[in-house]
Amino acid sequence: MSKAIKIKKGADIKLIGEADKTISAANRSTVFALKPDDFFGSIPKLSVKEGAEVKAGSPLFFDKARPRVKFTSPVSGEVVEILRGAKRKILEVKVLADAETRYESFTPWTGGTDKEALINTMLDMGLWPFLKQRPYGVIANSEDTPRDIFISFYNSAPLAPEAAFVLKDEKENVQLALDALQLLTPGQVHIGVKKDDAFFDGFTGVQKHTIEGPHPAGNVGVLIHHVKPINKGEIVWTVNGMDLALIGKSLRAGQFKAERTVALVGSEVENPQFYTTMIGAKMDSICGGKLKGENNRIISGDALTGDAVSKDGHLGFYSSQITVLPEGDHKKFFLTEGWLAPGFSSFSLSKAYPSWLNPGKKYRLDTNLNGEERAFVVTGELEKVFPFDIYPMQLIKSIMVNDIDAMEKLGIYEVLPEDFALCEFACTSKVNIQHVVENGLADMRKEFES
Amino acid sequence: MKVVDNLLGKVRPAFEKGGKLEKFYPVYDALETFAFVPDHTTKRGAHIRDSIDMKRTMFLVIVALIPALLFGIYNTGYQHYLALQEEGTFLDMILFGLWKTLPLVIVSYGVGLGVEFIFCIIKGHSINEGFLVSGMLIPLIMPMDVPLWMVAVATAFAVLIAKEVFGGTGMNILNVALTARAFLFFAYPTKMSGNKVWVSTDGGTAIDGFTGETLLSQAIENGATFYDTTGAYYASVSDSFMASFLGFIPGSIGETSTLAILIGAAILLWTGVASWRIMLSALIGGAVMGLIFNIIGPQISPDNLYLQVPWWHQLVMGGFMFGIVFMATDPVSAAQTFKGKVIYGFLIGILGILIRVVNPAYPEGIMLAILFMNVMAPTIDHYVVQGNINKRLKRLKTA
Repeated sequence: MSKAIKIKKGADIKLIGEADKTISAANRSTVFALKPDDFFGSIPKLSVKEGAEVKAGSPLFFDKARPRVKFTSPVSGEVVEILRGAKRKILEVKVLADAETRYESFTPWTGGTDKEALINTMLDMGLWPFLKQRPYGVIANSEDTPRDIFISFYNSAPLAPEAAFVLKDEKENVQLALDALQLLTPGQVHIGVKKDDAFFDGFTGVQKHTIEGPHPAGNVGVLIHHVKPINKGEIVWTVNGMDLALIGKSLRAGQFKAERTVALVGSEVENPQFYTTMIGAKMDSICGGKLKGENNRIISGDALTGDAVSKDGHLGFYSSQITVLPEGDHKKFFLTEGWLAPGFSSFSLSKAYPSWLNPGKKYRLDTNLNGEERAFVVTGELEKVFPFDIYPMQLIKSIMVNDIDAMEKLGIYEVLPEDFALCEFACTSKVNIQHVVENGLADMRKEFES
Repeated sequence: MKVVDNLLGKVRPAFEKGGKLEKFYPVYDALETFAFVPDHTTKRGAHIRDSIDMKRTMFLVIVALIPALLFGIYNTGYQHYLALQEEGTFLDMILFGLWKTLPLVIVSYGVGLGVEFIFCIIKGHSINEGFLVSGMLIPLIMPMDVPLWMVAVATAFAVLIAKEVFGGTGMNILNVALTARAFLFFAYPTKMSGNKVWVSTDGGTAIDGFTGETLLSQAIENGATFYDTTGAYYASVSDSFMASFLGFIPGSIGETSTLAILIGAAILLWTGVASWRIMLSALIGGAVMGLIFNIIGPQISPDNLYLQVPWWHQLVMGGFMFGIVFMATDPVSAAQTFKGKVIYGFLIGILGILIRVVNPAYPEGIMLAILFMNVMAPTIDHYVVQGNINKRLKRLKTA
């Protein structure tokens, strides 16, 4: 049954630098990279050595625990560097791209009921990592049968691109991907769309739900929670709505087409707009020459949940947005900019700063922590931006003391770090809540999945 | 601001690792972070953060306390001149009030911050902002003539036993300021209750008929027939209500003026720093208890006139308002869930009036009510959260 979901708890943080609705091709990146850190819960095992020749769709590494899950190269070329960090942890696998992309060919899937063939194609081509599993937010296990599959087409995060705009010429590919997903679950494929967004009316075989309200209304976790929450022992899968075009296109062609449209946004971007590029492209190829200052934070993803990357870093596997914000690495005098200032250019969800008097104003927020980390003192502020029937403070504290039993009872199966992003933003005590939740999920998984 | 920055930069090396004053780094850190929001940037998780921090929050509570403090200073002088029946200008009253009140504030902050600093130096923690508010609350809930050494002992006791042993700001079970008051109340009752401590007659002799009783102790004998410091009876209950609402009555420094407290309450609620759920439910709780006494009082105990003090008059007497606005709403020692806050506040209101009326040995019932509910708050939260857990378990069974 289709639901109309209305969220009240939450907040839209209005940042300067929304993308103009034009799409241009980004400069072609010469080097592409896959980053194992993008895949929470997977342990990378290399399939290639430096110097190896790869095609688009050739595996670069795979998951040690589930070797069928492959992470494949977005382009053809030569593996030029395997960047390692402390304890020889693999940070990036870099491929120097050919001028013309050569594709590995796989069996295309354009419909039908052969589930095994579909799964094999997706695993081999490197499309499988787009399927995520709840609980834990890790890559789905192809041996599981998910209760349902959930997709949100409502990107409510700050400056997030509008799905209907990015996918406007991709309707057929999205439909093909949705057909494929239907084959993977005996349950339903639920899609969440922004209220009054007519773009998604025509899709067949899915259960459509409308959502309205402030961020995190568009999070797929909120959709699941309000449609059919996850109980202990249940598994559901999720896919980013923005990734469906890429999945559909690749399945149809039988080739890994790693192309995507990303929004380059944020106050430090000269002319924020959309660019077509590919997974793993070097940031410089997209942002080069388009940023205002020098001292910026470049984020692959949105300002609340993305990953900081350097100019020489690479676009993340799941990112359809690059946010550029000013770094906040300067001291703020308490009377002029700090805690005792009137603070007309400061933004706060509380009413301790005057920003609530001017709800339409857009802000140039920097990355300063705006305070120091403290023990939890203020109560009630997290609940205001957390649209789940879960007690956030109590759950966070149970994770901090590593009480597995309490975490389970308090509903950790239903959430991911991203659902706590606004709580983390709002926290007066500056606790890194998303990191806490991530640790909690990792602990739970260790407890039950090994 | 450059000057301050340079100065801090100059002394910094001495406090850093290997420096002469390495151990005192928390003190340096406290000063530096007071003057400058540090240049710490987000390292993981959300890249942008709300502008609010603990300092802003605590500062807003202090701002909310200012009306009560200012009126308290004035009223200390006013009651003094009233008791002596001397001519005093507005300025005289303020000066007298300052002379009485400022030392209390200084001792409270000095001792409290001192203990806090020592603890942080020993533990190597950064100094928390929590005491900024406690340090202002403590003098406001003291009689103006309380000896300074007692304030010092009580403050040290409260910071040590109520806060630091539990792990510092954010970890305490009891409200720190109320613990200081309760300590004095039980350790030195003669200085904290009775008729002699609420009006300062220093430097003069009180006139005949001077009483210096608070309305709370008057009500035990006379019910709602109140008189002022000079012993003159108020013309009507609404007159005594008005005097009490505005604050021209004897009492602890900050507690007398309901009006000043309500201004503070407005600031706290407007900025969202304090919970309206707690304040409102405590107010309702107090009103309900007062109303119950009004209704059943004449039947069960017609001689006990306290029962017949109108419920709306109960609310402006003693520390009830100050307690529910500034003490009950302390987020650390209060209940933390929305539902829990409503129950917690309501019971504070009920108990505050109940203790005050039924046990005249403890005229300041609200203090005990809040401390008692501080202890009960985790239990209330436990059951509220358990309700949520049960809902989830039920869903699992029906799924």
